Amino acid sequence: MSVLVYIENAEGRFKKSSFEIISFAEAIAKKMNLPLVALSIGKVSDEELKKASQYGATKILNADAENLLVQSHQPYATVIAEAAKAEKAKIVVMTAGFNGKCIAPRVSVKLGAALGENVIDLPSMDGNFVVKKGAFSGKAFAFVELLSDVKVISMIPNSFKVIPAPLEALIVSFQTQLPASDFTSKVIETIRSTDKVSLPEAELVVSAGRGLKGPENWGMIEELANVIGAATACSKPVSDSGWRPHSEHVGQTGIAISPNLYIAIGISGAIQHLAGVSSSKVIVVINKDPEAPFFKAADYGIVGDAFEVVPALIKAAKEFKANQN
Amino acid sequence: MKILVCISSVPDTTAKINFSSDNKELISTGVTYILNPYDEIALSKAIDLATQSNATVTVINVGDASTEPVIRKALAIGANDAVRINSVPSDSFTVASNIAAYVKKTPFDIILCGRESSDYNGSGMPVMLAEILGMPCFLFAKSLTINGSNATLDCEIEGGKEVITSPMPFIAGASEGMAEWKIPNMRGIMSARTKPLVVEESVAINAGTKLVSYDKPSPRSSVKMISVEDAGKLFEILREEKKII
Repeated sequence: MSVLVYIENAEGRFKKSSFEIISFAEAIAKKMNLPLVALSIGKVSDEELKKASQYGATKILNADAENLLVQSHQPYATVIAEAAKAEKAKIVVMTAGFNGKCIAPRVSVKLGAALGENVIDLPSMDGNFVVKKGAFSGKAFAFVELLSDVKVISMIPNSFKVIPAPLEALIVSFQTQLPASDFTSKVIETIRSTDKVSLPEAELVVSAGRGLKGPENWGMIEELANVIGAATACSKPVSDSGWRPHSEHVGQTGIAISPNLYIAIGISGAIQHLAGVSSSKVIVVINKDPEAPFFKAADYGIVGDAFEVVPALIKAAKEFKANQN
Repeated sequence: MKILVCISSVPDTTAKINFSSDNKELISTGVTYILNPYDEIALSKAIDLATQSNATVTVINVGDASTEPVIRKALAIGANDAVRINSVPSDSFTVASNIAAYVKKTPFDIILCGRESSDYNGSGMPVMLAEILGMPCFLFAKSLTINGSNATLDCEIEGGKEVITSPMPFIAGASEGMAEWKIPNMRGIMSARTKPLVVEESVAINAGTKLVSYDKPSPRSSVKMISVEDAGKLFEILREEKKII
């Protein structure tokens, strides 16, 4: 028996969330007194694979068959389910990112396992197995018991700390038969903007709203984000007006994020916006309207004009960074 | 061509959420139920596709009679007919299994769903449905066009997008930007009353999960204001007080 963790790579490199999910799985494995097995799919170098052993995996399965080089949900779900069977996994764990959300439910159906999706904390395992997840768009938490013997869990990025637990792990090749029915759809083009910090995984996010007055004013937002190493985001009216791409829209109908720091500039804080950002650990609100509802949901507030405050923040951030080095 | 849109009835996104004293149930008194916003985009997209290609749009919901106002709204927006599977859904898997049982009897070319439900913020249902039916699923589709018997989709991935082609049938999730919202007009509302709404019995499925209780996030301690003159000190404050930067 074991706990199996699927660790995702982006073009051959593990992501921060991959180490986070190993640490999370390791904590579950320790509690259940089971060995932790990690599974990597696609082309990853041995050197990169060894990094996974730094967080507690005792064995690393490497599924690098030719037909798995392009990330695709159906064959990946098949590989994960087959690895879970081979390793007699009691718990299968993965990150609830764009891929994990499309893979975990398939794995749960294949294994006849209950799915605990989008969990935000370690499950409670004293007696019943209960996971904690967000509900009603940030307005509540739900505690859900997983009733089946085998369980699949997906965790929201940034919900668990990376904890080093170095081990000598064995790297083992993992091959399995993949049915042709897993390959009916084809990726014909991938367009990536790799130079930017990915929004769902970002620890720091700088976000701006209609208070910026127009897309031409986003230079200072990008500069501030760049200086502190943050991802950029925006409110719904901004993406609706085409000032910024929809992929930056955080909120009820956009992306829900839970960074360590969320800086909201010129965003009033409508309930739909808060739904997507209220699980941020620290919220800083900058708005010239002292009555903006966002201040009620913030940890720190600055009442002032964005065009005055943001340049001051950029200057301060540069000095702050310079002092750190 | 036949399009199926899976819809759910959820508390209005602006509703205040309260729980019973034992935190085991949502108090629904005073809460308005609406068509899940993402499902509404899926429905709008289905109607656009139907207009272009002479297709029919069926909406399906797993729920008890209390969801019928939301189903009628979907008919008012423009669906041709509706199916309600009579069951109080207990989790994504029971919903997916019930819809799958219906689709096995009555096949569709395209199945559209919202990419997430705004009540439990789950996105498992469409993917589970796809797995049970052996179909591809594009949960994060941003655009969808049909050329003959194939579809081309732009799908959101981390830090970019993928262009994917797929044969039919397939399942796609809808989110903002995939279609323009449609507002029902008076004629739509009148005709919705007489459009067919078939009630089907549910199939017995063992749920894999059970809701234990709810909790509310603890309120943030009151906001600490920083003057514009001291704005530059923000990062030092964040480091000292929150250790996050």
